[in-house]
Amino acid sequence: MAGLMLGNQAVARGLYEAGVEFVSSYPGTPSTEITEFASTYDKNEMYSEWAPNEKVACEAAIGASFAGRRSFCAMKHVGLNVAADPLYTASYTGVNGGFVLAVADDQGMHSSQNEQDSRNHAIGSKVPMLEPSDSGECKEFTKLAYEISEQFDTPVILRLSTRVAHSQSIVELEDRKTVRYDYTKNPRKNIMTPANAKPKHIVVEERTKKLVEYAETSPLNRVEMFDTEIGIITNGAAYQYAREALGEKASYLKLGMVNPLPVKLIKDFAAKVKKLYVVEELDDIIETHCRKIGLDPIGKELFTFIGEYSQTYLREKILGVKNEYEQLDDVIPIRPPVMCAGCPHRGVFYTLKKLGVFVSGDIGCYTLGSAAPLEAMDTTVCMGASVSGLHGFNKAMRGEYEGKAVAVIGDSTFIHSGITGLINIAYNRTNSTVLILDNSITGMTGHQNNPANGKNIYGDPAAAVDLEALCHAVGIDRVRVINPGDLAETEAAIKEELAADAPSVIICRKPCALLKTVKHKPPFKVDRDKCKSCKACMKIGCPAISMVDGKAQIDNTLCVGCGLCTQMCRFGAIQE
Amino acid sequence: MAETKAIMLVGVGGQGTLLASRILGNVLLSAGYDVKVSEVHGMSQRGGSVVTYIKYGDKIFSPVIEKGEADIIISFEELEAARWLPYLKKGGKIITNSQQINPMPVIMGVQEYPGSLTEKIRAKGVDITAIDALTLAEKAGSSRAVNVVLMGLISKTAGFPEEAWQKALDECVPKKAIEINKKAFALGREA
Repeated sequence: MAGLMLGNQAVARGLYEAGVEFVSSYPGTPSTEITEFASTYDKNEMYSEWAPNEKVACEAAIGASFAGRRSFCAMKHVGLNVAADPLYTASYTGVNGGFVLAVADDQGMHSSQNEQDSRNHAIGSKVPMLEPSDSGECKEFTKLAYEISEQFDTPVILRLSTRVAHSQSIVELEDRKTVRYDYTKNPRKNIMTPANAKPKHIVVEERTKKLVEYAETSPLNRVEMFDTEIGIITNGAAYQYAREALGEKASYLKLGMVNPLPVKLIKDFAAKVKKLYVVEELDDIIETHCRKIGLDPIGKELFTFIGEYSQTYLREKILGVKNEYEQLDDVIPIRPPVMCAGCPHRGVFYTLKKLGVFVSGDIGCYTLGSAAPLEAMDTTVCMGASVSGLHGFNKAMRGEYEGKAVAVIGDSTFIHSGITGLINIAYNRTNSTVLILDNSITGMTGHQNNPANGKNIYGDPAAAVDLEALCHAVGIDRVRVINPGDLAETEAAIKEELAADAPSVIICRKPCALLKTVKHKPPFKVDRDKCKSCKACMKIGCPAISMVDGKAQIDNTLCVGCGLCTQMCRFGAIQE
Repeated sequence: MAETKAIMLVGVGGQGTLLASRILGNVLLSAGYDVKVSEVHGMSQRGGSVVTYIKYGDKIFSPVIEKGEADIIISFEELEAARWLPYLKKGGKIITNSQQINPMPVIMGVQEYPGSLTEKIRAKGVDITAIDALTLAEKAGSSRAVNVVLMGLISKTAGFPEEAWQKALDECVPKKAIEINKKAFALGREA
């Protein structure tokens, strides 16, 4: 049987066929669907869960590997920074049941805050890394990764990119097999004290040598000989672009194993072609390796370190050929992503803008609060940084900003890594005000349940973190819950907490407007006679409201009747 | 050897381009082609400009479509047809929903929604068809069925048996929405 599958879906299928029994991940675009699809399989065969963050997911998967079961975790590139700590030492312990970690890079930053190349983590942790180029390979490489993990006693990283993770291509389905190992206590292998870790480092270096030998002949690395005038060494999505751009006008060495890299295979290929190129997105890792083994390919002197490549880009760079096309003379207004109509975050950001406070931002849908017309955000770095960053900002400002600075963080992000920052606020005391935007879901990645909303990945009831009690427990006395759909209440609460001589948390609780469980009111209407064209309703940046013939108008295909705009109108022109 | 064909679905996040691409991919697969469909999830889905690439032929390598490469562009919104026009191959075809959705710079009054876009594209010598898919979708029972109305329209020109489309609808559309979507497909096909 064969079907079209997303790369992520094919990885999940590969997990199933490989006999994986434990999957734990934190959502992150473009990796999220791997675990969502994994959870569609029978949980008695392959159990899946959403962990509070990537470090926990990775450690849970290591534990399952210790238990002798094939285990897995998935994350986006920046998530691997969070999980790097367990990964680097799991490289020393090795595995019992095979352990594979999938990381999805985001070339082009479609949905990310940086464009880091995860291959650097494979090099750093001395762990083999496989990189598929389409969905068929996603499944095959996933299965092979478990064989390599167990054969070489190492975690294996599966590297995806947005383009591979979110493209569908044809996948052949096969049956699941069962692979299990017994657990036996083995302190010298599994307890990484210095005395045990020192000999293990020697093992890791020996393992790398064996993996290089494996890479020389592995089916993961493939030579395709056509015209030998041009030779291309490439990996991942870049292989597809090169193959389409140059067809049979070039020969290819496609590297499916991107760490460690082979030596003889590359040298032999280089010797057969006249002009050697390395075509790799992001960092110059294959190119640097080529130079280290005495070759002089054309690489980043011609190709960029930035963004995604494409067939057009490579054709232009290598062959000097450009596509022709038509375009209009009109200026086409950009269409940036916006907070949805009915978004519970809108009222909070409108209020923050009105108050003119410093806003320490975080990662989630609510980062859109930085966009026009709300523009109520000053900083955004990484998951959790809003809370810890605000503390540092307030300390450094010697308290001068305590009454005019807040942090905003979503419920899932707060659980992920905001809580530790809040402990720091309480423990090292700044009178910081933290707004937890609790929309009862992990929103930006497409609605995953999380430890604060009382449901597990299967939608079954689960323990829910009591955010109020948690904040109290870490030493915050001033904790209150408000409805962010009520502008007056929101403004009063923020003003009060900013003025207080104590650290505080305001939980802004209203579920995401896109949740199926949220009942919407019918669309609101504007009474054109009452509308005074003052544009007050436009200040909240709702995509459903625009000015038509000088008066406000509500798009009834978008409006969900949240009523925020009615609180803006002083003339009662907006009605149910 | 069948030449590689390239179709783009463009629109506004939330308009259902992902479902449309699944239907189209399903039809192409049952016709025996090698198929690749590429889409972007995440941040851009929140009311932003979205694009899905669909390529089919004997053997597909790159899943993306670049400027000057699309045989057909199916646009869910008029401004998006204009935005993605450069991606059309010379001699290619555009099918667009005539619906206009204001982007944030227009809502804020910083920029204007350009007028007569369909006519301007036609004046460039481009084969463009515009239909009011929103009205047809509402007629079928839901404004959200714009995507399937457009699939109905493209099914006439794409040249695959209607049974393949019906099978794709059955396999891709959630059961509770199937009736409205079948109606929407039929209205698009008749348009």
